[in-house]
Amino acid sequence: MSDDAEPRRVMTDADAHNISRVEELSYELKISDVMTRNILTLTPDMQIVEVLEQFRQMRISGAPVVADGKLIGIISLEDLIRAMERGNSHARARSYMSTDVTTVRSYDSVVTALEAFGRLRLGRFPVVDETGRLVGILTKGDITSGTLKALQRDYQAEEVRRYRASHLFEDIVSDRTSLILRYRIEQGDFTRGGQASSFIKRALLRLGANAQLARRCGIAIYEAEMNLIIHTTHGGVIWVEIEPNQISMATIDDGPGIPDVNLARKAGWSTATAEVREMGFGAGMGLKNIERCVDEMNIESKIGEGTRLDMKILLLPEESFRETGS
Amino acid sequence: MLYDEWHANEWVFMQLKEIVEIIEGKVLSGCVWETVEIQGGCGADLMSDVLAAAQPHALLLTGLCNPQVVRTAQMADVAAIVLVRGKVPAQEVIDLANNECVPLITTPYGTFELCGRLYKAGLPSLERRIASGQDE
Repeated sequence: MSDDAEPRRVMTDADAHNISRVEELSYELKISDVMTRNILTLTPDMQIVEVLEQFRQMRISGAPVVADGKLIGIISLEDLIRAMERGNSHARARSYMSTDVTTVRSYDSVVTALEAFGRLRLGRFPVVDETGRLVGILTKGDITSGTLKALQRDYQAEEVRRYRASHLFEDIVSDRTSLILRYRIEQGDFTRGGQASSFIKRALLRLGANAQLARRCGIAIYEAEMNLIIHTTHGGVIWVEIEPNQISMATIDDGPGIPDVNLARKAGWSTATAEVREMGFGAGMGLKNIERCVDEMNIESKIGEGTRLDMKILLLPEESFRETGS
Repeated sequence: MLYDEWHANEWVFMQLKEIVEIIEGKVLSGCVWETVEIQGGCGADLMSDVLAAAQPHALLLTGLCNPQVVRTAQMADVAAIVLVRGKVPAQEVIDLANNECVPLITTPYGTFELCGRLYKAGLPSLERRIASGQDE
């Protein structure tokens, strides 16, 4: 630990925060949170060549050996190499497996596994549950990726907390409070196409919307945004009004207008050019997709005057943008 | 056998890292892509099909490589994009994918070969089926 050659570095608050969080996580996370569940188990009567073939297919370097539902050993690539060196590639797994198996328990915290890895210098531990049943396998890689994932979850939760603006709806008293977002969309601007929808989806997530709600709104407004880019004369406007119990979205343009709205709503009907189709759009599914995502959809269009598409999503009580007192 | 029980009872999660190996892919963008978990696959070249059919956390196999692919993936909560047949998009598309944290991978194989390899490796389909006559 006290290596004098190591240059001294002042630890910043951010360092301290990160280190302690990873350490905390090793206590918070259970082995069952990070272990690999879909694992390959071998039988003691399998031949060494068969085991090798399984390892190759599954891209792994070790697996537990199970007989009558009980863990009786573990075999690794090193064991297989040992067998091959002696020319025993048709020997049974039972002859070369290690029977002295150290297991870890699924309900223990990750830190106990870290200690075991440090103490025993093994590549993997079989994981057993309360009843001693084999439920998974744990490698150092599992711990690293499990911890990274937990840090990512932390970060996402932090982002919602930091930006959580839904208290606006609580703090500001009015008969009807709403938040309005507006975006100007240029005709033919494929490069920035979808940017406004992306902003809208992010805004909803930051307001505390759940992933499913944000996704429904995102898909609907994205299809509508692409319609403005593809089909209008001068582009148009996206307008989104967020209220505690509903989200209203609209796209408004000044032409050319849709000759037959009912026909336009039909799946597969499209006026898109070949270029637009080459980009993966204009399959005539846009309005159908929007309809599927929203609770109410309405189109008003007049040739030469323009089109207004209105979409409304009603929020379930648990989705409402209000603090739930937590 | 235990192995089969787990397959039947658990959602399949494949790590993107494993998928990249299977498809001999090259990662062009994406922050912390190694730990991204994939629950299934979806293949489409029509963006509306992706929006209609792909369920969240899917891997998208596509032949399109314009900025809209990244946007579409983002809207549909697609976990990662695989560009088939060695396609490499313009730098603006890679930049967008980096900004939005969407892993973008290119592979020398075509869609059929990729679906086969991934299906065989245990990755299920995450395409919503079309109900008779109309979707949903």
